[in-house]
Amino acid sequence: MTAYLLKRLAIAVATLVLASMVVFAVLEILPGDPARLMLGMNASADQVELLRNQLGLNAPLPWRYLHWTGGLLSLDFGRSYTYSVPVIDLVRERLAVSLPLALIALALSTVIAIPVGLYSASRRGRAGDTVAMGAAQLGVAVPNFWFALMLIYVFAVWLRLVPAGGFPGWSAGVWPALKSLLLPAVALALPQAAILARVTRSALIEVLNEDYIRTARAKGLPYRAVLWRHALRNAMIPVLTILGLQFAFLLAGTIIIENVFYLPGLGRLVFQAITQRDLIVVESVVMLLVAAVIAVNLLVDLSYAVVDPRLRSRQ
Amino acid sequence: MSLLDIENLSLTIGDTQILTGMELSVAPGEVMGLVGESGSGKSMTALTVMQLLPHAARATGRVSFDGIDILAATEDQMCALRGDDIGMVFQEPMTALNPVKTIGEQVAEGIRWHTRASRAEAEERARKMLDRVGLPSAKFPLSRYPHELSGGQRQRVVIAIACALKPKLLIADEPTTALDVVLQAQILDLLRDLVAESRMGLLLISHDLAVVTEMADRITILRRGEVMEAGDTARTLSEQLHPYTRQLAQASMHVPARTRPHGVGSGQPLLQVEGVTRDYHGRRTSLFKRAPAIRAVDDVSLSMAPGQSVALVGRSGCGKSTLARMILALDRPSSGTIRFRGETITGKSEAELKPARRDMQVVFQDPYGSFDPRQKVEKLVAEPLHVLDKKPTRAERREMVAHALHEVGLDQRDMDKYPHEFSGGQRQRLSIARAIITRPKLVVADEPVSALDVSIRAQILDLFAELNQKLGIAYLFITHDLTVARAITDEVLVMHDGKIVERGKTNEVLDHPQSEAAKALVTAAPDLHRAITRRMQEQG
Amino acid sequence: MTLHIDIPEEKFGSILAKAFRNTAFVAGFFITLLILAMAIVSYAWTPYDVTKLVIADKTQAPSLAHWFGTDHFGRDILSMVMVGARNSIAVALVAVGIGMGIGVPLGAFAAARGGLVDEALMRLNDLVFAFPALLSAIMITAIFGPGAVNAIIAIGIFNIPVFARVARAGALAIWPREFILAARAAGKSSTQISIEHVLPNIATLLLVQGTIQFALGILAEAGLSYLGLGAQPPMPSWGRMLFDAQTRMVVAPWMAIFPGMAIVVTVLGLNLLGDGIADILDPKSRRQR
Repeated sequence: MTAYLLKRLAIAVATLVLASMVVFAVLEILPGDPARLMLGMNASADQVELLRNQLGLNAPLPWRYLHWTGGLLSLDFGRSYTYSVPVIDLVRERLAVSLPLALIALALSTVIAIPVGLYSASRRGRAGDTVAMGAAQLGVAVPNFWFALMLIYVFAVWLRLVPAGGFPGWSAGVWPALKSLLLPAVALALPQAAILARVTRSALIEVLNEDYIRTARAKGLPYRAVLWRHALRNAMIPVLTILGLQFAFLLAGTIIIENVFYLPGLGRLVFQAITQRDLIVVESVVMLLVAAVIAVNLLVDLSYAVVDPRLRSRQ
Repeated sequence: MSLLDIENLSLTIGDTQILTGMELSVAPGEVMGLVGESGSGKSMTALTVMQLLPHAARATGRVSFDGIDILAATEDQMCALRGDDIGMVFQEPMTALNPVKTIGEQVAEGIRWHTRASRAEAEERARKMLDRVGLPSAKFPLSRYPHELSGGQRQRVVIAIACALKPKLLIADEPTTALDVVLQAQILDLLRDLVAESRMGLLLISHDLAVVTEMADRITILRRGEVMEAGDTARTLSEQLHPYTRQLAQASMHVPARTRPHGVGSGQPLLQVEGVTRDYHGRRTSLFKRAPAIRAVDDVSLSMAPGQSVALVGRSGCGKSTLARMILALDRPSSGTIRFRGETITGKSEAELKPARRDMQVVFQDPYGSFDPRQKVEKLVAEPLHVLDKKPTRAERREMVAHALHEVGLDQRDMDKYPHEFSGGQRQRLSIARAIITRPKLVVADEPVSALDVSIRAQILDLFAELNQKLGIAYLFITHDLTVARAITDEVLVMHDGKIVERGKTNEVLDHPQSEAAKALVTAAPDLHRAITRRMQEQG
Repeated sequence: MTLHIDIPEEKFGSILAKAFRNTAFVAGFFITLLILAMAIVSYAWTPYDVTKLVIADKTQAPSLAHWFGTDHFGRDILSMVMVGARNSIAVALVAVGIGMGIGVPLGAFAAARGGLVDEALMRLNDLVFAFPALLSAIMITAIFGPGAVNAIIAIGIFNIPVFARVARAGALAIWPREFILAARAAGKSSTQISIEHVLPNIATLLLVQGTIQFALGILAEAGLSYLGLGAQPPMPSWGRMLFDAQTRMVVAPWMAIFPGMAIVVTVLGLNLLGDGIADILDPKSRRQR
């Protein structure tokens, strides 16, 4: 068990370090001088040079990398060139929108998908399965931002149940804030739920063909009990894998969805920062997202060990 | 009054007729042996009784168990029967247990489900049952997972699940086919004792006539879904009235006609294995520690003369296949040397090995897995020609393939077919054709007939014998089956825990084994002759 | 995790016959054919010229003259959807080509070599997977400038580890087979074995993954061009059309509905095709029907 955990942890840390090097390297080769950008076109060469020194842009590459990663570790992300505020404040403010959005979407997708997958697998080939899987097939094909536009049209423009976009902030109260996150979460969740439902169903069906399912049936357990007691846990591994991948997908999905709904989230922040060449913001947010993905993958690896005793064995 | 009565049972799956007018009965305390070759419908008979057939299956006729009409029973009624009154043991112990549940949970589950016993009570009964099947809780606590047990131990757990509630009928579908002979004997003993203890009826399904003869009071012989003959085991097999019964019995005891091949014992040895050892890394237990290395082959030396036929026998996991792979230069020894035709082959590069590869070929166990399904026979059989120095032209190649096919009794037109167009026995012929196409001096055969039905097995053994005579090819037969060793080899090496523990003339070793390992193999091996004689004696 | 591959043992003819009895395959095949045909026809003919702005006809609802209506510049939406198909298909297809061309050899190589090479390649894969694909695609297109070519590269890069993983898992399931041992006993090198025996046997697996990545590529391209990072105007693209539609949802909902439907139908067709192929070629799934 410990060997497995240590190995996964070591891989996660190594991946994180490598990822930070990649991010740093990519932004190094990015065209455009941040100092020049901050000061505008009229600034003199001396002024630019002075600012470059102040920003530490003239220091040697390895030193700048270490300085940057050191800053990341102590949550000192530096100051945004365009907003002129500490990046950490920006991130904190935007995370308050994006994190709840991603989590609601993830929860929504799981809550919809697992029961549908179970239902479909248990009535394989019957009408209910066909309908559910037809819907899932359609759900996989729908781009989330188009789905979002359709939701806006129906629920905001036509029925006027929820706002079409924007975010009142948590200070305006929990309910109005949640209400404005509802449509974006649904738009993000449904296509993911369709994928997850399909994976759940096929994982279950694969497991239901295993010999030990027949052993369980020969014990006298009815089909439904076999599904719950024996099949579900064995089918969890592929489902967990997809859940882990979906987290990364949801994070990236927020970039587009936040643009559709004009939500002041992390995705919109990073998108704007990229177009405005606000490197320090891009670096920090990308690293944050990458770290989140790696952490979630580590969590998925750990949950494998909980589900599957073979990974826990000490032999 | 019989416990299980099958009358005029017919079964179709989709458009395929599986069983026709099947008749069979099992009385309480009786062992009924159901024998047949693959595809005869034996397993489907068992699944019909359990009502665990695939969805497309349609059964007609009458199946009654303890007065209950099985074919008319509802799913709820069947659930009440399964695991309580009828237990079932399956062929493949490695996959028959749920990998994420402990053995205690899996045995106790059926007990709790049927008796509504409390968890503690059910666990107590499970503990007793596991103890009864030879897994005492001191060594095998209920909290063990299946992957922590060996194949034989897992089969004991499956038996414990099936017998936990003392069923009236136990169905065992090839319960020992996946196990080696020693484990097979142990499991059969256990089944026999359990039946005697609680007057269970046992329906024992097997392709192995010897196993069934040793176990069963009565037997039913099935062929292509129809009963050929049924009756008292001893009488049926001693009289062999039905031609198919005779055919099966003769095939089971078949010994190919062989005279001693030319050239044996003269000159330089063909193959010399000297002090070969193979270690596998132990699994990493933590970042810095490894479990001790596993020694699969331990200081083995042997020598084979040209044209000689040698058997390497041993239980599963004894290291015989690892040794074979090293001889074939598919794996490297940790230490020791292997010489082939006087030249060292250990540690050589693939290019340097080419001449050796030409003279050394292989036949595998599984006639289905040993061909790439995407290629035609011509290309598959010609694959070893790759090692020739001069690449044959297309026409030459076809000529050589045609010749090889002819030698193994196949038609040369077969070379434009795909492997799936052949039966298991024909595929094994293809496999042999591939092995002899370069005119090798040595063929290593890893369990070449153990996946085949008895009648096919006899034909393939004949072919091996014939080629040995005609082409003077030396064989190294890897097998756990002593009848194969007896049928086809001059010498036998007995391997145990990575070491060769006994060697000598095949008949001498098999008739008078000296080492413990050889004795265990010989006594455990099912033997049709012996079984029939014993049956006759028992009945007087 | 181990992967089990059942290799179907049938002739091409009987597979084809089976294919056309499979509903998912037939539906997917014809939808994909339709979209492809639409894209090809658009080179020769479209109902209206998509580059010509006819302000008099702006934001007209669907009618007999304009089946899908017109946009805010009076361009015919049906014509734009047709031309947009070219762009979507080209981007996604080339991206799949990049992913397969680089990923499959890498995965097959890792499986054949094993050991440290395998470990290193898989860790590299982990590294790429740690970056949310769309985020990185946005970064790449933002750095190198928006446009169809950069979109192809951005999407293609993220197809590489996917194909590497699938090829490796498939190859690992093939390598322990006895016919591979037989080939090794015949003295073939691991490269020869990979090409002659492994790749043909994982081809269907790759084909199925190919249709999935093709579909995902269409979605990703639409996302990028929605953000303004894909094909640039005046070249119509489905994602861009949706962006233009967003602010005009109230007055001209058809501007959003039809390009979106085009994406859904294309992706649906490809997914059905992939499902159909997997279904036909996996004997395990067939046996239970």
